[in-house]
Order: sequence, then C-alpha cells, then structure tokens
Amino acid sequence: MEDRDLSRRRFIFKSCAGLGSAWIASHLPEIAAAQQHAHRAAQTQESAKFESFTKEQSIEVEAIAEQIIPTDDTPGAREARVVFFIDRAFATFASDERPAYMKGLSELQKKTQKRFGKARKFSDLTSAQQTQLLKSIEKTEFFELARTMTILGMFSNPEYGGNHNQAGWKLLGFEDQFHYKSPFGYYDAEYLANKGSQS
Amino acid sequence: MSKAQAKFDANADIDFVIIGAGAAGGIIAKELSAAGFRIVVLEQGPYLKEQDFDHDELKYMRQRAITNDYNRQPNTFRATVKEKAKLQPAIIYGRQVGGGTVHFTANYWRFHEIDFNEYSRWGSIAGSGFADWPITYAELEPYYTKTEWELGVSGLAGASPFDPPRSKPYPVPPLPIKSSGALAELGAKKLGWHAFPAPLAIISQPYRGRSACLHCGFCEYFGCEAKAKSSTLATVIREAEATGKCEIRTNSCVRKIEIDKAGLVTGVTYFDEKRQEHFQRAKAVIVCANGAETPRLLLMSKSPQFPHGLANSSGKVGKYLMFNGHAQASALYEHPLNEFKSVAVSRVIHDFYDSDPKRGFYGGGGIDMRFVSYPMQFALRGFQADAPRWGPEFKKMLRERFTRTVNASGHTTSLPVEANSISLDPNVKDAYGLPAVRVTYKDHPEDMKTMQFFQARCKELLEATAAKKVWARELRNQTFGYHLLGTCRMGNDPHNSVVDKYHRAHDVPNLFICDGSSFVTSGRGQPTCTIQALAFRASDHIVRMAKSGEIKSAI
Repeated sequence: MEDRDLSRRRFIFKSCAGLGSAWIASHLPEIAAAQQHAHRAAQTQESAKFESFTKEQSIEVEAIAEQIIPTDDTPGAREARVVFFIDRAFATFASDERPAYMKGLSELQKKTQKRFGKARKFSDLTSAQQTQLLKSIEKTEFFELARTMTILGMFSNPEYGGNHNQAGWKLLGFEDQFHYKSPFGYYDAEYLANKGSQS
Repeated sequence: MSKAQAKFDANADIDFVIIGAGAAGGIIAKELSAAGFRIVVLEQGPYLKEQDFDHDELKYMRQRAITNDYNRQPNTFRATVKEKAKLQPAIIYGRQVGGGTVHFTANYWRFHEIDFNEYSRWGSIAGSGFADWPITYAELEPYYTKTEWELGVSGLAGASPFDPPRSKPYPVPPLPIKSSGALAELGAKKLGWHAFPAPLAIISQPYRGRSACLHCGFCEYFGCEAKAKSSTLATVIREAEATGKCEIRTNSCVRKIEIDKAGLVTGVTYFDEKRQEHFQRAKAVIVCANGAETPRLLLMSKSPQFPHGLANSSGKVGKYLMFNGHAQASALYEHPLNEFKSVAVSRVIHDFYDSDPKRGFYGGGGIDMRFVSYPMQFALRGFQADAPRWGPEFKKMLRERFTRTVNASGHTTSLPVEANSISLDPNVKDAYGLPAVRVTYKDHPEDMKTMQFFQARCKELLEATAAKKVWARELRNQTFGYHLLGTCRMGNDPHNSVVDKYHRAHDVPNLFICDGSSFVTSGRGQPTCTIQALAFRASDHIVRMAKSGEIKSAI
C-alpha cells in the first residue's frame, strides 16, 4: 500500500529535501501549482477495477454512501467516488474491518428482500425506502462502519481514491494549501480593519 | 551541513544513555554532547524528518503515523483500583525522534510562581498528595528564558497582566491574530477579562536558520514541513548530532535498565528494529521516555535490590498521574472564521489562572479559543450528540458549520492523586511481549468542579461575542490523557518522591529522570514549556556533577 498510495505531494516535498524550508517558502506558488497538478493527476487515474467488491456489491455500497452524504445541488458521496475509497481501504489499511462490513452488507440485502420482495436490491429501492431501511439499522455496528468509511472517503486526501475533485473539502469550505496570509476569516479581518481605522 | 552523527559500538565508553528523544531527551542530548560527553539516545520510534511530513489526515489520525500505535502498544484503562482494567486507548504520546514536540499544538505557557508553591499557599486537600515543588519559579526562570531563546518561541512579553516576571522578552513577536482570537478579545473586553497574544513554540519570523510559519494550519497532530514549529526535531536534536558526540539510535525499545550488585546502573537492554536484543553500557542513564513509558520502564526493571521496580523504594513510581483538566464550549457564528488556517491559538485568557477560595474549591486554569478539527474529524464527531448524523440535514450542517464553528477551551489543574497511576497490566502484553501500560484515572472532585467552573466561563465568553448558538457537552470523568505528568515526582523527601531537585533518582546515584513524570503539580494545561525548562536545568546540573566526579559509575 505504501508504494501505491504514496502521496504525490509527499513526493514533491521529498524532491525539495535538502533545499531547505526557506527555498520552499520562496517557491510557494510553483509548489502549490505542482500540488494542484498532482491532485489532478491522481484524480484522473480511474480505478481500473474493484479489489474488495464485485461490481454488484459496489453498487450497493455506493447506494448506502449516497444516503449518508446525498447529492443535492452539490456533489455527494457518489460524485466524490467514495466507493473507490472504501474498496481500496478494505483491500489495504482497513482490511480488518472488511469481514464485518461484508456481513452487514449481506444482512442488509436480506432485510431488503424480506421487506420489499425477493427480487429487490437495496440500490433498486426509492430514496425514501432506502432512508427508511437505514433508519432501522442506524444503531448497528455495520451502519457505524458504513458511516465512518463514507466520511473518510469523502474527506480524506484525494490520493486515497475518494474526495474526487475535492468534493468533500469544497462542501466544508476547506482548502488545502501550504500558505495562507492574514486575515484568515471574517472576524480577524474586521478586527484588523478597526485597528487600522483607530490608528 | 552538519557533521555525520556519531556511531558508537556497544563496547564504546559511553557517558550517558538517554532513553527517549522527545521534549526533554532532545534538549539533554544537545546540552550534554555540546559539553563534550559521549551520548547514545535510544528512541523507540523512527527518525522522520520534515520531508516525510504531509497534510494527510487519514494517515495521522487513523494510522497513527507519529504517535503510539495501539496495535503494537496496547494499554488498559480503569477508573479505580477496584476495577479490572479493560483494553482501551487511554494515552497518546509522540513516538518518533522529537517525541510529542513534533505533533503538539505548541502552546507554550510558562508556569506561574504559584504553580511551584501552591500547597503552602492553599493547604492540604483530602484525597490528594498535593505538595510544593522542591524548586521555585525564580530558580527555573533562567531556564524558561533559555528554552524560549534556544528553541524559538513567539509571544509578547508584558501583554498579560498575570504573567510571572521574566528576564528577557520573547525572541520573536506573536503570530497574527485569527478570527477566534479577535472574538476572544471582544468577549474578554466585555467581561472585563484580559486576552493576550498566545505564546507559541512556532516562529513568526525567521529564527536561527529556520523560516517562519506559513499558516498552513496543520499543527496539532501533524509534523511541520516548514520547520516553523520549534520541535526538538527541528532544533536541538540536529545540534546534538552536529557535535559528533551524539548518536540517535532509532527503533530501539528499551526493556530494562540494568544494575550491578552495588546498585549502580550499568546500562540498558533494548530491542532493535528486528527485535534483536542488545545491551548498551553507559556510565549513567537518563530516562526521558514520558510520563507513561518512564514509570513503566522503571517498574519493568526489577532486581533483587529493587523488587518493586528500579528507583522505587518510595513506592511512588507511576503514582500521582495528572492529565490536566479540559473543559469546552462551542459556538456557531454568522460569518466564516476559517479556523483551519494558521496556528491553533492566537489569544489566551489567564484571568482565572490562580485558584480562588471564593469559588469554594481548589483549581485554576487558562482559556483559549480554537477549532482544531480537520475535515474528517469534524465530519465524524464535530457536532452535538443529538445532531443529525447522516442524510440531507447532516450534509447541511457540514456545509454550514465547518468554517463557522469555534470552541472556547479551559485548560485546568489536576490534583496529584496517588491512586491515579501508570502500572504494569498483569494480563495484557505489547508486541515485544512486555507488560502493557495500565492506566488508572479518576478526576479528583475538586478537578471536576474546576472543569465545571471553566466550562461555564467558556460559555460566558462565547455568549459575549454575538455567537448565533452556544453549546457544551456534559463533563465526565476523563478517560484519556494527552498530558502524562507526575509519575516520578520530584521532591526532597526520598520516602515521598522518586527524584531529587536535580532529577537524580533518590535510590540510584547514576540514574536521572527528566520529563513530564518529574512534575509535582500539573500546572494549567500546557506542560511542554516547563518540561523543557526543567530539561535545560537538569542538563546544567548533570554536567556540573559529571565534571566534578559526583556521579559514581559502575564502569
């Protein structure tokens, strides 16, 4: 995992090693641009195939994630490609959690069939039906795991496969830069403006 | 470029083995190697440098890249000695060269005069081992100044009316104010309190060859890529290596400090990366392994002379653990604060630092405003317990609140309670087969009252700042420690303390202990500055004793 998921940003900083932080500070715009590029490069690498899930399972996983962070006028878990993150996570650092997740997934499938008929899949249900079903398992360990994995996939670095186009970060209003200048927010800007007008 | 670091073989004549390359160990390594002594520092973690650090929240939060790893180093927890301890993460500490100073928030408050003699001023408190320090603020003051100037600390001398006397201003000015700081000032002004620029071990201007903070916002839990955080990794450890007298031996986990028949330390037995066992002899040993690992190592170092653990004739090794109290309230604002940018804290309030008999209980602390919540952490647990946890309402809160939330935090005293402790778990073993750390901890009733008092002050502060909404979580007894203090306390009485006022073990003339474990009282929530001032002071005394032949050695 270490090789494949080696953050490109980390690589960029490694290549600066020895040049010193003063050099980094004076070259921030270029470094920032390189990072942007690295992000884009990482994002265009489509996951060739799923490693933890079958194609069918991946559709169910995505449907659950989409319920947790739905799409409205802004991207949700689906557009953020959270399913790719979860797939990779279960194949690598979160492999310990995979059996519990798979078991929960198959139980959810059974529940779906019991309630909505033999031929049905969770992903076939209407959004309202899906919400209703997930509400009924809200307190289970499976749901907690599904929620955690969705959040990790939505908000972790795009290099891990999710947070596509930084959809999660944009939702929050978070930016990932190495350099900011004061003022940082509304109230410090106001404070500094008042100080300025006093002097 | 610095000289290549020294590389000693096992039979070399080593003056000092230092266990732990953290807040204290890094400083002592530099001071003793600069004084000409030959030093081996054994560090259980890896040697990661600035180019290894990044903004990868998943790696740092979930995979424990630079802190103790619970898979490798499990610990158990119980509130009282009557309970059987359960497997449950209860402590966090830095596990790499630089220790906790790599990932800490870098709040850097000196103790005040009262912190050293509060027992005499206040009197005894039932259910606690409250005591004075054997040293005063005045004795430590030159070393506070030294640590601020050697490491690089931002701040504004004289800005707080409650500050203790200082012999020199801060070497660099404070970092820029943030929205949280502007609001803290606004609220404090309304309430008649005093908000002052936060002292931080993060440099606001280039200092001693390092460049200034870039305000990237990834301080707490992360290593600083820009070397602006004044960790021992970015400062004294490089200087120690440059002396050519100091070897930092990483991935080296000490399991026992060995002694001879005369009761003198001869060296240490440790595992290397491949779990091969080695013995490193030395004339003297200095333990700087933190308030959990230091007592654990002493308790594991049993011998016929010390059946209850090395340097433990008093029975106080591991006792009097103090976490500091934490109290918090949160607020939501109309406009974005963008607290994810820059350092965590820009203003601090010390109006309630001293304990006040009028409150009806012992305890004091400081307040700051901050919002250390990275995207994943925020989405996982940034809201009140009854807030929506998924679905459209959850998404709405994520969108609205990340940039507009801030916390007011109280950092408060913990009384030294003998039952609160680090001990060896009788059942659970770590990856080396060594007994796991067992944490026993329950806040003293006075500490709970202090936290409640501070939570009320935090709410009051936020309410004075035109917040849209203010809320607080219910306070509970703490079950997790970020600060690990007091477990080999310093004192003049060998029956009631582990080290003397120079950090020498009462029981063993060539064994020294210096880290958070030396604390007699907890201070008000920001211990690193004091740990490091103690380390500079201990170094001076160790050099003096070694040069005058006062340290007997077995070799």
